Amino acid sequence: MARMTMIEAVRSAMDVAMGRDEDVVVFGEDVGYFGGVFRCTQGLQAKYGKTRCFDTPINESGIVGTAIGMAAYGLKPCVEIQFADYMYPAYDQLTQEAARIRYRSNGDFTCPIVVRMPTGGGIFGGQTHSQSPEALFTHVCGLKVVVPSNPYDAKGLLIAAIEDPDPVMFLEPKRLYNGPFDGHHERPVTPWSKHALGDVPDDYYSIPIGKAEVRRQGSAVTVIAYGTMVHVALAAAEDTGIDAEVIDLRSLLPLDLDAIVKSVSKTGRCVVVHEATLTSGFGGEIVALVQEHCFYHLEAPVMRVAGWDTPYPHAQEWDYFPGPARVGRALTDVMEA
Amino acid sequence: MVDTGHLSLHVPEPAVRPGGQPDFSNVKIARAGAVPRPNVDAAAEDIRDLAYSIIRVLSRDGEAVGPWADLLSDDDLRTGLRHMMTLRAFDSRMLMAQRQGKTSFYMQHLGEEAVSCAFRKALNKGDMNFPTYRQAGLLIADDYPMVEMMNQIYSNESDPLRGRQLPIMYSSKEHGFFTISGNLATQYVQAVGWAMASAIKNDSRIAAAWIGDGSTAESDFHSALVFASTYRAPVILNVVNNQWAISTFQGIARGGSGTFAARGLGFGIPALRVDGNDYLAVHAVACWAAERARRNLGPTLIEYVTYRVGAHSTSDDPSAYRPKTESEAWPLGDPVLRLKKHLILRGLWSEERHVQAEAEITDEVIAAQRKAEEHGTMHAGGRPSVRDIFDGVYAEMPPHLRRQRQKAGY
Repeated sequence: MARMTMIEAVRSAMDVAMGRDEDVVVFGEDVGYFGGVFRCTQGLQAKYGKTRCFDTPINESGIVGTAIGMAAYGLKPCVEIQFADYMYPAYDQLTQEAARIRYRSNGDFTCPIVVRMPTGGGIFGGQTHSQSPEALFTHVCGLKVVVPSNPYDAKGLLIAAIEDPDPVMFLEPKRLYNGPFDGHHERPVTPWSKHALGDVPDDYYSIPIGKAEVRRQGSAVTVIAYGTMVHVALAAAEDTGIDAEVIDLRSLLPLDLDAIVKSVSKTGRCVVVHEATLTSGFGGEIVALVQEHCFYHLEAPVMRVAGWDTPYPHAQEWDYFPGPARVGRALTDVMEA
Repeated sequence: MVDTGHLSLHVPEPAVRPGGQPDFSNVKIARAGAVPRPNVDAAAEDIRDLAYSIIRVLSRDGEAVGPWADLLSDDDLRTGLRHMMTLRAFDSRMLMAQRQGKTSFYMQHLGEEAVSCAFRKALNKGDMNFPTYRQAGLLIADDYPMVEMMNQIYSNESDPLRGRQLPIMYSSKEHGFFTISGNLATQYVQAVGWAMASAIKNDSRIAAAWIGDGSTAESDFHSALVFASTYRAPVILNVVNNQWAISTFQGIARGGSGTFAARGLGFGIPALRVDGNDYLAVHAVACWAAERARRNLGPTLIEYVTYRVGAHSTSDDPSAYRPKTESEAWPLGDPVLRLKKHLILRGLWSEERHVQAEAEITDEVIAAQRKAEEHGTMHAGGRPSVRDIFDGVYAEMPPHLRRQRQKAGY
């Protein structure tokens, strides 16, 4: 067991996977010699050689397109898109190719690739380094979508993603790389070394994709969140004193509907939180499922807290980011409704 | 200050439109045997001319001449002719089947049979093609069962793809034929990835990428060339220039570069331009590129100059955008007739044998068609199950899809 940041946990997952399976290869922009702009692949080229961990041209459709070809050959590529905001040139390869190769060939060919990408804001990245495009992936049948919220999950889920027989989009909330950021940007950063989920086994383990986790037991209201917003939701419960049950989805597709239904049936109230923009966001899908499956348990309208429907601004980052104050207001509203 | 006047936009136009006299005087055609055959380790910059000329083996008289000739045995040549004739007969029956409502859609190869049939013979078992929709010769020339192709075209109960994919979008890993997307150009860079994987694993197998003249304009074409060049991937980058992208003439995709082959030169990729209607030339050039790839010398770009005699698909009418007689004026002739002439000249074939072979092949195709139709056609007889809609989206069906399948009643 070691204390790891989320960066170290992600790196450890790739290290373990590459050590166990010679068919695992890692590549992307700046990931080889330098080890990635967030250092997630640091040391992997030195350890496994430059044909298993290497730099690529700045060409996302090329990164994903070659990964698909390698997967058809029999390798297990785990590629990095430097920022989730850069994935759009690869979107054609992801949606019309990776997602459908098993289906359209009736399993003659498959596409076991992992596409890692740092996601979300909180680092003053402006509109091209802060986006949360997860709903653009959950809308595509054939992809799996995973968003970890801590180092322990990040490692176990990434190993599971690499072992998965289908393409997995692995979104790493970049503001969580170095600590459990709860949206109180004015306070000093807590490092993962002071958090229980920063305890990460050095060796192999995996966490099944499709299982949510309850991060805080509560009876008043269910807060459904993933990634950075898990920590923001916990802070909002703390700040308001409302006894919220906080569910960390971990995987958006497949979705752990049972965990959602169980909690909302118990609390009768529900707030869904994500950093991505509101309209047509993944929260809309969750709200629809909650009303369909928990309608007779509901005591109040289901609420959403999300990023505004605008591009991610630079200077006004903290007015845009759905922090604990906004989540707290929604908790209060839903309790008073 | 110099008065440069007003700007105006250049929009290229084909030489002739419907109603006009077909004119291919701008297609410069080298004499058969005139283009040299460099060593396979030649650098791209030393063989630049080959990207602007046309490698040809069969002369007007039907002789095989020059340094690219003499690679195929007599039997190989007769088999090659048979493959092209089979593909043509297959196309003709399936076009008719589409008109009879037995399938929704079809795409034929008329005039382009040599490209995929001859190329296949340059590959080994285990090599992988990433084809477009007009390379079924890769399957025919590898003896993939025609009845399986028809089952797929009919989307019947024996369709290997379970009714999920458009007609002719075949898939066969066993026959080195990657699942056709129906999307354009995406497969080009995937082929490069497959080839990189083969090199990563120190394997000996190579990949072949396929694209049409029109789709070279897609950014994935550029992606493929960058990656192939950077990692010296063991891949053959094929561009089939059949002059027409649906209704758009090749000048719209080609722009000012002269030829599609020349696109390779900027990436340092050796580029050859070949007579796509010359079975011997296509085969010789493909062998040259395959040897380069196998010897770890990296990628080769090949432009096949050919002509799409038929419509793009069963959904368009070429007389709306090009002269009706244009295909007759095409200066590189018909690939079947040219190989036939060569074989007759050499005493390996005769008019009588040709007529007999045509009859035999038609019988084979009809027999396969009967067998396929026993398993249903698009609108009659056996069909894939509704369950097949839901299977295979993922290796393991997730709960939400299970719920939807139950809702559909299965």
